[in-house]
Amino acid sequence: MTATLAPPSARPVPARKVPWGRYAGIAVVAVLLVVYPLVAKTSFLQTIGVTALTMAIASTGWNILGGYAGQISFGHAVFFGTGMYGTTLLVTGGWSPWLTMMPIALLAAVLGVLIGLPTFRLRGHYFSIATLAIGMMVMSILPNIQWLGATDGLSVPFLDEGFWNLTFSLRDKTEYYYTALGLFAVATVAAWLFLRGRIGSYLEAIRDDDVAASAVGVPVRRYKLYAVAMSAALTSIAGSFHVMFVTFVDPSSSSDLSLSTAIALIAVVGGAGSMWGPILGAWLVIALQEYTRTYLSATGRTIDLMMFGALIILVAVVDPRGLVNLVKRGYRRVRR
Amino acid sequence: MTLLSVDGVTKRFGGLAAVSDVSFEVPEGTITGLIGPNGAGKSTLFSMIAGAQRPTAGRISFAGKDITGWQPHEAARAGVGRTFQLMRVFGSMTVLENLTTAAHLRHRTKASARAVAERVCAETNLGSYAHRPAATLTGATKKRLELARALATSPRLLLLDEVLSGLTPTETAEAISLIEQVHAQGITIVLVEHVMQVVMSLCPRLVVLDFGKLIFTGSPDDAVKDQAVLDAYLGA
Ligand SMILES: Nc1ncnc2c1ncn2[C@@H]1O[C@H](COP(=O)(O)OP(=O)(O)OP(=O)(O)O)[C@@H](O)[C@H]1O
Ligand SMILES: [Mg+2]
Repeated sequence: MTATLAPPSARPVPARKVPWGRYAGIAVVAVLLVVYPLVAKTSFLQTIGVTALTMAIASTGWNILGGYAGQISFGHAVFFGTGMYGTTLLVTGGWSPWLTMMPIALLAAVLGVLIGLPTFRLRGHYFSIATLAIGMMVMSILPNIQWLGATDGLSVPFLDEGFWNLTFSLRDKTEYYYTALGLFAVATVAAWLFLRGRIGSYLEAIRDDDVAASAVGVPVRRYKLYAVAMSAALTSIAGSFHVMFVTFVDPSSSSDLSLSTAIALIAVVGGAGSMWGPILGAWLVIALQEYTRTYLSATGRTIDLMMFGALIILVAVVDPRGLVNLVKRGYRRVRR
Repeated sequence: MTLLSVDGVTKRFGGLAAVSDVSFEVPEGTITGLIGPNGAGKSTLFSMIAGAQRPTAGRISFAGKDITGWQPHEAARAGVGRTFQLMRVFGSMTVLENLTTAAHLRHRTKASARAVAERVCAETNLGSYAHRPAATLTGATKKRLELARALATSPRLLLLDEVLSGLTPTETAEAISLIEQVHAQGITIVLVEHVMQVVMSLCPRLVVLDFGKLIFTGSPDDAVKDQAVLDAYLGA
């Protein structure tokens, strides 16, 4: 197979243009993210910032499985909740919050694989349905588990302020913000490294056409399991960080359907299957969520879910590829 | 040497025997035409060889190994490449990304898979489409991409399911010369085709199916004199 077979009319492959637009985008977003807490001084705005970054991490996890591999999960709150409960328990046992993240993420990955093992065997939407069912199951079991605090939930024990304890002043949340930003950067780089080579190509191939993927040698099921493991792990890390910020976890704050919906919706609104999706979507969705909660003085999930519904319809109508594609289209128009 | 051997292979869908008790061999380095009227079972037979469907009965061996019931990715790794009659390109990827994905079968790093993809892209004359999303290609170009993608897996055997149908005369001529060049590289080819002139000019050997049964193997010259083949095609 060394002989080449260029036909007389063969045209070589043109080199791809340097993506200056992307580099500029990264620079602009990075500057905005770094400057934000210097400008946004109120507690309300800082909470939005920290929450948006946390949810962006969770959604980066979802995006690997849902956006890249095309396996839609409606149950990522389970992995987020694993991070929240797991870190709370281990911190209560005397661990540094940072040290809890990896082992708990590993546990979440195993959980994800356990859901995937039976359901990825079948073609079609079995995995999605299973995630929905497991999310609801966990939600109904949690209030009965005494060592997880049942309906009362668990509080993170009081720790001295400091980076090692992942505990900072709550009056000015700047330190939480920058810690979340650092963690988001690490999660994004991890996701990027994970998806950059063969794994990324294979996951996208599975999303586009799993039959064709297997015909070019992709072990479809195995790669879906890689994706669910990485996905669950990242989302769990977001949960670990989140519980250190809010210092409390109970069934409804960790595992319910509206949280699962939010994690998925953020990626979809921002742009599923794009590294930009989670960060763009998180700021929009979390800001909307916090503002509706405050100005409609409603704390209910009903308001959240109504807003999510409206957003889904908006994305479907305006651009199914999300905010990132809107920005790209705008950029192309301006350049022309 | 025999590369592929199909031995008593049957595939039933409920009551229908789409392929029934078919046996033939494909020597390495040959081009074989697999023909037969619509619904004869040609695509089903391809699917079984490529591992996408499991035979109800019978045995398929490839390069001396029994590959019956192997998963599609295992068959691909063993060296079976295929195209799909109803095209299945990776729509959201560019042409080059489609080929890179396929090249990853035998090339772990992105750089070497990409190099193979670029070579195949140029060889199959897809260079000017390299950075186009596959979903935006015309039917004829998608077929060429199907063929190129199978080539990018470096197969020993290539199963081509109607890659020439629906092409203009110029496109057909191009595709024929491409297939000849692939063959000249030493890749064994089995091709399904309805256009008889193409089959006659490309394939020194034919396998003819009708209603799932094998009715003829031999040269095209003998085929046109064979009563069973004539009956199948003239509907007598
Ligand atoms: N998955 C399936 N389930 C049920 N019946 C099927 C299935 N796949 C194929 N068949 C039937 O099996 C028979 C053979 O189909 P196949 O596609 O292999 O024929 P073919 O020779 O490729 O025809 P064509 O020339 O039209 O492509 C047909 O009657 C078809 O309807
Ligand atoms: Mg067919």
